Amino acid sequence: MNSPRHNYDVLVIGGGPAGLAAAVCARQSNMGGARVVIVDDNPGLGGQIWRGEQRNPQAKTATPEAAEWFKRAQESQVEFISGARVYDQPEKGLVLAETFDGAIELRYQKLILATGARELFLPFPGWTLPNVMGAGGLQALVKSGLPIEGKKVVVAGTGPLLLAVAAYLRKRGADVALIAEQAPLKSLLSFGLGLWRSPGKIIQAIKLKRELAGVPHLSGCWPVAANGDEQLRSVRLRRGRKTWDVQCDYLACGFHLTPNVELAVFFGCEAPDGVVLVDEVQQTTVPGVYCAGESTGIGGLELSLVEGRIAGLAATGQLEKARELFAERRKLQQFADLLNRTFALREELKRLPQPDTIVCRCEDVSFARLEKQTAWRAAKLHTRCGMGPCQGRICGAAIEFLFGWRPESVRPPVFPVKVGSLIQDATLIAGREQ
Amino acid sequence: MPETITLSVDGRSVTVPEGSVVSTAVFLSGAVAFRLSVTGQRRGPLCGMGICFECRVTINGQQHARSCQILCRDSMDVRTDE
Repeated sequence: MNSPRHNYDVLVIGGGPAGLAAAVCARQSNMGGARVVIVDDNPGLGGQIWRGEQRNPQAKTATPEAAEWFKRAQESQVEFISGARVYDQPEKGLVLAETFDGAIELRYQKLILATGARELFLPFPGWTLPNVMGAGGLQALVKSGLPIEGKKVVVAGTGPLLLAVAAYLRKRGADVALIAEQAPLKSLLSFGLGLWRSPGKIIQAIKLKRELAGVPHLSGCWPVAANGDEQLRSVRLRRGRKTWDVQCDYLACGFHLTPNVELAVFFGCEAPDGVVLVDEVQQTTVPGVYCAGESTGIGGLELSLVEGRIAGLAATGQLEKARELFAERRKLQQFADLLNRTFALREELKRLPQPDTIVCRCEDVSFARLEKQTAWRAAKLHTRCGMGPCQGRICGAAIEFLFGWRPESVRPPVFPVKVGSLIQDATLIAGREQ
Repeated sequence: MPETITLSVDGRSVTVPEGSVVSTAVFLSGAVAFRLSVTGQRRGPLCGMGICFECRVTINGQQHARSCQILCRDSMDVRTDE
Protein backbone atom coordinates (compact mmCIF):
# COMPACT_ATOMS: atom_id res chain seq x y z
CA MET A 1 0.00 0.00 0.00
CA ASN A 2 1.50 3.32 -1.07
CA SER A 3 0.46 6.63 0.36
CA PRO A 4 1.40 10.15 -0.73
CA ARG A 5 4.78 11.08 0.79
CA HIS A 6 5.94 14.59 1.64
CA ASN A 7 9.22 16.03 2.97
CA TYR A 8 9.45 19.13 5.12
CA ASP A 9 12.05 21.06 7.08
CA VAL A 10 9.49 22.07 9.70
CA LEU A 11 6.29 20.18 10.42
CA VAL A 12 3.78 22.06 12.56
CA ILE A 13 0.96 20.00 14.03
CA GLY A 14 -2.01 22.24 14.74
CA GLY A 15 -3.15 25.30 12.77
CA GLY A 16 -4.48 27.47 15.59
CA PRO A 17 -2.82 30.74 16.62
CA ALA A 18 0.33 29.10 18.04
CA GLY A 19 0.82 26.86 14.99
CA LEU A 20 0.18 29.68 12.54
CA ALA A 21 2.63 32.00 14.30
CA ALA A 22 5.23 29.24 14.48
CA ALA A 23 4.92 28.40 10.79
CA VAL A 24 5.07 32.02 9.65
CA CYS A 25 8.16 32.72 11.77
CA ALA A 26 9.85 29.52 10.60
CA ARG A 27 9.37 30.65 7.00
CA GLN A 28 11.06 33.98 7.80
CA SER A 29 14.37 32.27 8.49
CA ASN A 30 17.44 33.74 6.75
CA MET A 31 18.27 30.31 5.39
CA GLY A 32 15.32 30.92 3.09
CA GLY A 33 13.28 28.28 1.41
CA ALA A 34 12.68 26.15 4.49
CA ARG A 35 9.69 24.01 3.60
CA VAL A 36 7.12 24.54 6.32
CA VAL A 37 3.80 22.77 6.58
CA ILE A 38 0.90 22.89 9.02
CA VAL A 39 -1.17 19.73 9.42
CA ASP A 40 -4.50 20.05 11.16
CA ASP A 41 -7.46 17.74 11.62
CA ASN A 42 -9.96 20.57 11.11
CA PRO A 43 -11.22 21.64 7.70
CA GLY A 44 -9.53 25.07 7.91
CA LEU A 45 -6.78 27.04 9.66
CA GLY A 46 -7.40 29.02 12.83
CA GLY A 47 -7.91 26.34 15.47
CA GLN A 48 -11.00 26.65 17.61
CA ILE A 49 -10.73 30.34 18.38
CA TRP A 50 -10.60 31.40 14.72
CA ARG A 51 -12.59 28.47 13.40
CA GLY A 52 -14.33 29.09 10.09
CA GLU A 53 -12.79 32.55 9.68
CA GLN A 54 -10.41 31.50 6.92
CA ARG A 55 -13.35 30.53 4.75
CA ASN A 56 -15.58 33.34 5.84
CA PRO A 57 -13.46 36.46 6.51
CA GLN A 58 -16.41 38.78 5.86
CA ALA A 59 -18.57 37.35 8.68
CA LYS A 60 -19.57 39.91 11.30
CA THR A 61 -17.98 37.75 13.97
CA ALA A 62 -14.60 37.56 12.14
CA THR A 63 -11.55 39.10 13.81
CA PRO A 64 -8.99 41.27 11.98
CA GLU A 65 -6.17 39.56 13.87
CA ALA A 66 -7.11 36.18 12.41
CA ALA A 67 -7.28 37.63 8.90
CA GLU A 68 -3.84 39.15 9.40
CA TRP A 69 -2.29 35.80 10.38
CA PHE A 70 -4.00 33.93 7.54
CA LYS A 71 -2.60 36.56 5.15
CA ARG A 72 0.90 36.23 6.62
CA ALA A 73 0.75 32.45 6.30
CA GLN A 74 -0.33 32.70 2.69
CA GLU A 75 2.22 35.38 1.77
CA SER A 76 5.07 33.48 3.36
CA GLN A 77 3.98 30.35 1.47
CA VAL A 78 3.32 28.14 4.45
CA GLU A 79 1.81 24.89 3.15
CA PHE A 80 -1.35 23.56 4.77
CA ILE A 81 -2.80 20.08 4.90
CA SER A 82 -6.29 20.13 6.39
CA GLY A 83 -8.52 17.33 7.61
CA ALA A 84 -5.44 15.27 8.50
CA ARG A 85 -4.96 13.74 11.91
CA VAL A 86 -1.53 12.53 12.99
CA TYR A 87 -1.84 9.09 14.57
CA ASP A 88 1.60 7.49 14.58
CA GLN A 89 5.35 7.99 14.26
CA PRO A 90 6.75 4.68 12.95
CA GLU A 91 10.30 6.13 13.02
CA LYS A 92 11.95 9.39 14.05
CA GLY A 93 11.30 12.09 11.47
CA LEU A 94 8.28 10.39 9.94
CA VAL A 95 4.66 10.66 10.97
CA LEU A 96 1.49 9.21 9.55
CA ALA A 97 -1.71 11.19 9.26
CA GLU A 98 -5.16 10.00 8.38
CA THR A 99 -7.42 11.95 6.05
CA PHE A 100 -10.97 11.24 4.89
CA ASP A 101 -9.46 9.84 1.69
CA GLY A 102 -6.66 7.74 3.24
CA ALA A 103 -3.32 7.92 5.05
CA ILE A 104 -0.41 10.22 4.19
CA GLU A 105 3.26 10.16 5.23
CA LEU A 106 5.05 13.29 6.38
CA ARG A 107 8.83 13.51 6.84
CA TYR A 108 10.33 16.31 8.87
CA GLN A 109 13.56 17.72 10.32
CA LYS A 110 12.01 19.81 13.10
CA LEU A 111 8.62 19.30 14.69
CA ILE A 112 6.47 21.96 16.35
CA LEU A 113 3.49 20.75 18.35
CA ALA A 114 0.66 23.24 18.68
CA THR A 115 -2.15 20.90 19.59
CA GLY A 116 -4.05 23.38 21.74
CA ALA A 117 -6.54 22.50 24.41
CA ARG A 118 -9.96 20.98 24.78
CA GLU A 119 -12.77 21.88 27.11
CA LEU A 120 -12.94 20.28 30.49
CA PHE A 121 -16.30 18.59 31.02
CA LEU A 122 -17.68 17.56 34.38
CA PRO A 123 -20.41 14.94 34.66
CA PHE A 124 -23.77 15.87 36.18
CA PRO A 125 -27.17 14.19 35.80
CA GLY A 126 -28.41 14.61 32.23
CA TRP A 127 -25.14 15.87 30.73
CA THR A 128 -25.28 13.11 28.12
CA LEU A 129 -28.60 14.34 26.66
CA PRO A 130 -28.48 15.53 23.06
CA ASN A 131 -28.12 19.36 22.91
CA VAL A 132 -26.07 19.52 26.10
CA MET A 133 -22.71 20.58 24.67
CA GLY A 134 -19.50 22.26 25.54
CA ALA A 135 -19.50 26.05 25.55
CA GLY A 136 -16.72 26.05 22.98
CA GLY A 137 -18.40 22.97 21.52
CA LEU A 138 -21.63 24.77 20.67
CA GLN A 139 -19.66 27.76 19.42
CA ALA A 140 -17.59 25.49 17.13
CA LEU A 141 -20.74 23.92 15.70
CA VAL A 142 -22.33 27.31 15.10
CA LYS A 143 -19.12 28.47 13.41
CA SER A 144 -19.42 25.38 11.21
CA GLY A 145 -22.94 26.19 10.09
CA LEU A 146 -25.38 25.23 12.88
CA PRO A 147 -28.23 27.81 12.81
CA ILE A 148 -28.72 29.26 16.30
CA GLU A 149 -31.04 32.19 15.55
CA GLY A 150 -33.95 32.35 17.98
CA LYS A 151 -32.71 29.38 20.02
CA LYS A 152 -32.68 29.69 23.79
CA VAL A 153 -29.26 28.92 25.25
CA VAL A 154 -27.94 28.67 28.80
CA VAL A 155 -24.17 29.14 29.01
CA ALA A 156 -22.62 27.57 32.11
CA GLY A 157 -19.42 26.30 33.68
CA THR A 158 -16.35 28.43 34.23
CA GLY A 159 -13.73 30.57 32.55
CA PRO A 160 -13.45 33.55 30.27
CA LEU A 161 -14.61 31.39 27.37
CA LEU A 162 -18.17 31.52 28.71
CA LEU A 163 -18.46 35.25 28.09
CA ALA A 164 -16.84 35.02 24.67
CA VAL A 165 -19.19 32.19 23.67
CA ALA A 166 -22.28 33.96 25.00
CA ALA A 167 -21.39 37.15 23.13
CA TYR A 168 -20.72 35.18 19.94
CA LEU A 169 -23.98 33.25 20.13
CA ARG A 170 -25.93 36.42 20.82
CA LYS A 171 -24.36 38.11 17.80
CA ARG A 172 -25.55 35.14 15.75
CA GLY A 173 -29.10 35.66 16.96
CA ALA A 174 -29.34 33.27 19.92
CA ASP A 175 -31.43 34.15 22.95
CA VAL A 176 -28.88 33.74 25.76
CA ALA A 177 -31.05 33.16 28.82
CA LEU A 178 -28.32 33.12 31.43
CA ILE A 179 -24.58 32.85 32.02
CA ALA A 180 -23.76 30.74 35.09
CA GLU A 181 -20.15 31.05 36.29
CA GLN A 182 -19.13 28.70 39.10
CA ALA A 183 -16.29 30.91 40.36
CA PRO A 184 -17.26 33.03 43.36
CA LEU A 185 -17.71 36.78 42.94
CA LYS A 186 -14.68 37.35 45.19
CA SER A 187 -12.36 35.60 42.70
CA LEU A 188 -13.87 37.42 39.76
CA LEU A 189 -13.36 40.77 41.44
CA SER A 190 -9.71 40.11 42.23
CA PHE A 191 -9.33 38.88 38.64
CA GLY A 192 -10.68 42.24 37.48
CA LEU A 193 -8.23 44.05 39.73
CA GLY A 194 -5.38 41.88 38.47
CA LEU A 195 -6.07 43.07 34.96
CA TRP A 196 -4.44 46.45 35.63
CA ARG A 197 -1.25 45.07 34.08
CA SER A 198 -3.05 44.28 30.84
CA PRO A 199 -4.99 47.28 29.53
CA GLY A 200 -5.79 45.31 26.36
CA LYS A 201 -7.65 42.72 28.40
CA ILE A 202 -9.66 45.41 30.19
CA ILE A 203 -10.77 46.82 26.85
CA GLN A 204 -11.77 43.31 25.71
CA ALA A 205 -13.71 42.76 28.93
CA ILE A 206 -15.58 46.06 28.61
CA LYS A 207 -16.45 45.26 24.99
CA LEU A 208 -17.77 41.82 25.97
CA LYS A 209 -19.78 43.27 28.82
CA ARG A 210 -21.40 45.74 26.42
CA GLU A 211 -22.21 42.98 23.92
CA LEU A 212 -23.86 41.04 26.71
CA ALA A 213 -25.94 43.91 28.11
CA GLY A 214 -29.21 42.56 29.48
CA VAL A 215 -28.04 38.95 29.81
CA PRO A 216 -28.07 37.78 33.45
CA HIS A 217 -24.55 36.78 34.50
CA LEU A 218 -24.42 34.97 37.83
CA SER A 219 -21.25 34.13 39.72
CA GLY A 220 -21.16 31.26 42.20
CA CYS A 221 -23.80 29.50 40.08
CA TRP A 222 -23.58 26.15 38.31
CA PRO A 223 -25.75 23.50 36.63
CA VAL A 224 -26.78 20.52 38.79
CA ALA A 225 -28.92 18.66 36.25
CA ALA A 226 -30.06 18.74 32.64
CA ASN A 227 -33.63 17.56 32.13
CA GLY A 228 -35.47 16.09 29.16
CA ASP A 229 -36.58 12.73 27.80
CA GLU A 230 -35.02 12.37 24.39
CA GLN A 231 -33.26 15.70 24.32
CA LEU A 232 -32.64 18.68 26.54
CA ARG A 233 -35.68 20.64 27.77
CA SER A 234 -34.36 22.55 30.76
CA VAL A 235 -31.41 22.94 33.06
CA ARG A 236 -31.48 23.02 36.84
CA LEU A 237 -29.14 25.61 38.34
CA ARG A 238 -27.88 26.14 41.86
CA ARG A 239 -26.69 29.29 43.53
CA GLY A 240 -26.19 29.29 47.26
CA ARG A 241 -29.21 27.48 48.70
CA LYS A 242 -31.44 28.26 45.76
CA THR A 243 -32.12 25.83 42.87
CA TRP A 244 -34.35 26.57 39.91
CA ASP A 245 -35.04 25.39 36.35
CA VAL A 246 -34.48 27.34 33.16
CA GLN A 247 -36.06 26.16 29.89
CA CYS A 248 -33.62 26.05 26.98
CA ASP A 249 -32.87 24.50 23.59
CA TYR A 250 -29.15 24.20 24.25
CA LEU A 251 -26.95 24.06 27.32
CA ALA A 252 -23.43 25.22 26.47
CA CYS A 253 -21.38 24.02 29.40
CA GLY A 254 -17.63 23.82 29.84
CA PHE A 255 -15.39 24.02 32.91
CA HIS A 256 -12.42 25.88 31.43
CA LEU A 257 -9.78 24.10 29.37
CA THR A 258 -7.36 21.24 29.61
CA PRO A 259 -4.21 20.98 27.43
CA ASN A 260 -4.01 18.42 24.61
CA VAL A 261 -0.78 16.67 25.58
CA GLU A 262 -1.43 13.17 24.19
CA LEU A 263 0.49 13.64 20.95
CA ALA A 264 3.45 15.23 22.76
CA VAL A 265 3.53 12.40 25.29
CA PHE A 266 3.37 9.94 22.43
CA PHE A 267 6.42 11.60 20.84
CA GLY A 268 8.26 11.10 24.14
CA CYS A 269 7.98 14.65 25.49
CA GLU A 270 7.62 14.95 29.24
CA ALA A 271 4.36 16.40 30.54
CA PRO A 272 4.40 15.57 34.25
CA ASP A 273 1.65 17.93 35.39
CA GLY A 274 -0.67 17.63 32.42
CA VAL A 275 1.21 20.34 30.51
CA VAL A 276 4.08 19.81 28.05
CA LEU A 277 7.44 20.79 29.59
CA VAL A 278 9.41 23.27 27.47
CA ASP A 279 12.65 25.24 27.87
CA GLU A 280 13.04 28.98 27.22
CA VAL A 281 12.89 28.52 23.43
CA GLN A 282 9.79 26.27 23.64
CA GLN A 283 11.82 23.10 23.03
CA THR A 284 10.41 20.00 24.73
CA THR A 285 12.49 17.37 26.50
CA VAL A 286 12.94 15.74 23.07
CA PRO A 287 15.59 17.62 21.03
CA GLY A 288 14.18 19.08 17.81
CA VAL A 289 10.61 18.84 19.03
CA TYR A 290 9.04 22.14 20.09
CA CYS A 291 5.70 22.90 21.68
CA ALA A 292 3.75 26.15 21.82
CA GLY A 293 0.35 27.41 22.87
CA GLU A 294 -2.24 25.92 25.18
CA SER A 295 -0.61 22.48 25.29
CA THR A 296 2.18 24.03 27.39
CA GLY A 297 -0.41 25.44 29.83
CA ILE A 298 -3.66 27.35 29.41
CA GLY A 299 -2.80 30.98 28.77
CA GLY A 300 -5.01 32.39 26.04
CA LEU A 301 -4.60 33.76 22.55
CA GLU A 302 -1.80 36.31 23.02
CA LEU A 303 0.43 33.92 24.93
CA SER A 304 -0.16 31.22 22.29
CA LEU A 305 0.89 33.62 19.54
CA VAL A 306 4.10 34.70 21.25
CA GLU A 307 5.02 31.11 22.18
CA GLY A 308 4.36 30.07 18.59
CA ARG A 309 6.62 32.82 17.27
CA ILE A 310 9.41 31.81 19.64
CA ALA A 311 9.08 28.13 18.66
CA GLY A 312 9.09 28.93 14.94
CA LEU A 313 12.13 31.17 15.25
CA ALA A 314 14.06 28.79 17.50
CA ALA A 315 13.33 25.74 15.34
CA THR A 316 14.95 27.54 12.39
CA GLY A 317 17.97 28.84 14.28
CA GLN A 318 16.80 32.45 14.71
CA LEU A 319 17.65 32.55 18.39
CA GLU A 320 18.36 36.28 18.64
CA LYS A 321 14.91 37.13 17.37
CA ALA A 322 13.38 34.52 19.66
CA ARG A 323 15.03 36.10 22.70
CA GLU A 324 13.51 39.47 21.91
CA LEU A 325 10.11 37.96 22.68
CA PHE A 326 10.92 36.55 26.12
CA ALA A 327 9.81 39.66 28.06
CA GLU A 328 6.44 39.72 26.31
CA ARG A 329 5.93 36.05 27.04
CA ARG A 330 6.78 36.51 30.72
CA LYS A 331 4.17 39.24 31.08
CA LEU A 332 1.49 37.15 29.40
CA GLN A 333 2.33 34.18 31.61
CA GLN A 334 1.49 36.27 34.66
CA PHE A 335 -1.95 36.82 33.19
CA ALA A 336 -2.27 33.08 32.57
CA ASP A 337 -1.46 32.34 36.22
CA LEU A 338 -4.11 34.80 37.35
CA LEU A 339 -6.62 33.22 34.97
CA ASN A 340 -6.03 29.71 36.28
CA ARG A 341 -6.29 30.84 39.92
CA THR A 342 -9.53 32.70 39.31
CA PHE A 343 -11.34 29.88 37.59
CA ALA A 344 -10.20 27.04 39.85
CA LEU A 345 -12.98 24.46 40.23
CA ARG A 346 -14.94 24.51 43.51
CA GLU A 347 -15.22 21.37 45.64
CA GLU A 348 -19.03 21.26 45.36
CA LEU A 349 -18.65 20.24 41.71
CA LYS A 350 -17.22 16.90 42.85
CA ARG A 351 -20.62 16.08 44.27
CA LEU A 352 -22.55 16.72 41.06
CA PRO A 353 -22.60 13.13 39.71
CA GLN A 354 -25.24 10.80 41.13
CA PRO A 355 -24.59 7.02 41.32
CA ASP A 356 -26.19 6.42 37.90
CA THR A 357 -24.60 9.44 36.20
CA ILE A 358 -22.48 8.35 33.23
CA VAL A 359 -18.87 9.49 33.57
CA CYS A 360 -17.24 7.68 30.61
CA ARG A 361 -19.56 8.41 27.69
CA CYS A 362 -17.84 6.04 25.25
CA GLU A 363 -18.36 2.95 27.43
CA ASP A 364 -21.29 4.24 29.52
CA VAL A 365 -19.50 3.76 32.83
CA SER A 366 -21.44 5.17 35.77
CA PHE A 367 -20.12 7.12 38.74
CA ALA A 368 -21.14 4.28 41.09
CA ARG A 369 -18.95 1.78 39.22
CA LEU A 370 -15.96 4.11 39.26
CA GLU A 371 -16.32 4.91 42.95
CA LYS A 372 -15.43 1.29 43.75
CA GLN A 373 -12.07 1.59 41.97
CA THR A 374 -8.78 2.76 43.41
CA ALA A 375 -6.79 3.98 40.41
CA TRP A 376 -7.06 4.77 36.70
CA ARG A 377 -5.58 1.43 35.67
CA ALA A 378 -7.94 -0.56 37.87
CA ALA A 379 -10.85 1.47 36.58
CA LYS A 380 -9.86 0.69 32.99
CA LEU A 381 -9.47 -3.01 33.64
CA HIS A 382 -12.69 -3.41 35.59
CA THR A 383 -15.04 -0.98 33.89
CA ARG A 384 -13.51 -0.21 30.44
CA CYS A 385 -13.55 3.41 31.51
CA GLY A 386 -11.44 5.50 29.11
CA MET A 387 -11.09 2.61 26.66
CA GLY A 388 -13.60 3.79 24.07
CA PRO A 389 -12.87 5.82 20.96
CA CYS A 390 -12.04 9.08 22.76
CA GLN A 391 -9.43 7.14 24.77
CA GLY A 392 -10.18 8.99 27.97
CA ARG A 393 -9.85 12.46 26.48
CA ILE A 394 -13.26 13.47 27.80
CA CYS A 395 -13.58 11.47 31.03
CA GLY A 396 -9.85 11.63 31.90
CA ALA A 397 -9.81 15.22 33.10
CA ALA A 398 -13.13 14.75 34.93
CA ILE A 399 -11.84 11.64 36.66
CA GLU A 400 -8.66 13.43 37.68
CA PHE A 401 -10.81 16.14 39.28
CA LEU A 402 -13.29 13.71 40.87
CA PHE A 403 -10.93 10.96 42.03
CA GLY A 404 -7.40 12.31 41.58
CA TRP A 405 -6.33 9.55 39.14
CA ARG A 406 -4.23 10.39 36.09
CA PRO A 407 -3.93 8.31 32.89
CA GLU A 408 -0.56 6.65 32.37
CA SER A 409 0.67 6.29 28.81
CA VAL A 410 -0.26 7.01 25.22
CA ARG A 411 0.15 4.28 22.62
CA PRO A 412 -0.27 4.21 18.85
CA PRO A 413 -2.57 4.80 17.16
CA VAL A 414 -2.90 8.07 19.08
CA PHE A 415 -6.45 8.27 17.72
CA PRO A 416 -8.70 5.43 16.53
CA VAL A 417 -8.08 5.02 12.80
CA LYS A 418 -9.45 3.03 9.91
CA VAL A 419 -8.05 -0.46 9.38
CA GLY A 420 -6.46 0.72 6.11
CA SER A 421 -4.38 3.23 8.06
CA LEU A 422 -3.17 0.50 10.42
CA ILE A 423 -2.14 -1.62 7.45
CA GLN A 424 -0.21 1.42 6.22
CA ASP A 425 1.55 1.51 9.57
CA ALA A 426 2.30 -2.23 9.53
CA THR A 427 3.65 -2.04 5.98
CA LEU A 428 6.05 0.74 6.94
CA ILE A 429 7.26 -1.08 10.02
CA ALA A 430 7.71 -4.33 8.06
CA GLY A 431 9.62 -2.44 5.35
CA ARG A 432 11.96 -0.99 7.96
CA GLU A 433 12.64 -4.34 9.58
CA GLN A 434 13.55 -6.06 6.31
CA MET B 1 -25.14 34.17 -2.45
CA PRO B 2 -22.97 31.40 -1.05
CA GLU B 3 -22.92 28.12 -2.91
CA THR B 4 -25.01 25.33 -1.42
CA ILE B 5 -24.57 21.60 -1.13
CA THR B 6 -27.33 19.01 -1.12
CA LEU B 7 -26.84 15.71 0.64
CA SER B 8 -28.93 12.99 2.23
CA VAL B 9 -29.33 12.34 5.98
CA ASP B 10 -31.21 9.13 6.83
CA GLY B 11 -32.78 9.34 3.38
CA ARG B 12 -33.95 12.95 3.81
CA SER B 13 -32.57 15.56 1.44
CA VAL B 14 -30.81 18.45 3.22
CA THR B 15 -29.32 21.60 1.70
CA VAL B 16 -26.54 23.45 3.53
CA PRO B 17 -24.22 26.36 2.70
CA GLU B 18 -20.86 25.27 1.29
CA GLY B 19 -18.30 24.94 4.08
CA SER B 20 -20.78 23.40 6.54
CA VAL B 21 -19.69 20.31 8.41
CA VAL B 22 -21.77 17.13 8.35
CA SER B 23 -23.08 17.79 11.91
CA THR B 24 -24.89 20.85 10.58
CA ALA B 25 -26.70 18.72 8.01
CA VAL B 26 -27.67 16.18 10.66
CA PHE B 27 -29.12 18.92 12.91
CA LEU B 28 -31.00 20.43 9.96
CA SER B 29 -32.42 17.02 9.02
CA GLY B 30 -34.36 17.06 12.29
CA ALA B 31 -32.59 14.01 13.73
CA VAL B 32 -32.66 14.04 17.54
CA ALA B 33 -29.63 11.84 18.07
CA PHE B 34 -26.51 11.21 16.04
CA ARG B 35 -25.71 7.84 17.54
CA LEU B 36 -26.80 5.36 20.18
CA SER B 37 -24.37 4.67 23.01
CA VAL B 38 -23.22 1.18 23.98
CA THR B 39 -26.25 0.90 26.28
CA GLY B 40 -28.63 2.44 23.75
CA GLN B 41 -28.78 6.03 25.01
CA ARG B 42 -29.33 8.79 22.45
CA ARG B 43 -26.29 11.00 21.95
CA GLY B 44 -25.32 14.09 20.02
CA PRO B 45 -22.21 16.27 19.65
CA LEU B 46 -20.45 17.44 22.80
CA CYS B 47 -17.04 18.94 21.99
CA GLY B 48 -17.58 20.15 18.43
CA MET B 49 -13.88 19.66 17.67
CA GLY B 50 -13.31 16.00 16.91
CA ILE B 51 -12.30 14.77 20.34
CA CYS B 52 -15.36 13.26 22.03
CA PHE B 53 -16.58 10.98 19.20
CA GLU B 54 -20.22 11.58 20.23
CA CYS B 55 -21.10 12.97 16.78
CA ARG B 56 -20.18 9.75 14.96
CA VAL B 57 -22.28 8.88 11.92
CA THR B 58 -21.91 6.68 8.84
CA ILE B 59 -20.87 8.61 5.72
CA ASN B 60 -21.04 6.87 2.34
CA GLY B 61 -20.92 3.54 4.14
CA GLN B 62 -17.87 4.52 6.20
CA GLN B 63 -18.75 4.02 9.86
CA HIS B 64 -17.63 6.09 12.84
CA ALA B 65 -16.99 9.26 10.86
CA ARG B 66 -16.80 12.36 13.07
CA SER B 67 -19.46 14.58 11.59
CA CYS B 68 -18.16 17.73 13.28
CA GLN B 69 -14.91 17.69 11.33
CA ILE B 70 -15.93 16.51 7.89
CA LEU B 71 -17.17 19.02 5.34
CA CYS B 72 -20.38 18.27 3.47
CA ARG B 73 -19.89 17.19 -0.10
CA ASP B 74 -22.55 16.96 -2.79
CA SER B 75 -24.75 13.84 -2.68
CA MET B 76 -23.09 12.45 0.45
CA ASP B 77 -25.13 9.70 2.10
CA VAL B 78 -25.18 10.26 5.86
CA ARG B 79 -26.75 7.80 8.32
CA THR B 80 -27.33 8.29 12.03
CA ASP B 81 -27.86 5.30 14.35
CA GLU B 82 -31.63 5.83 14.39
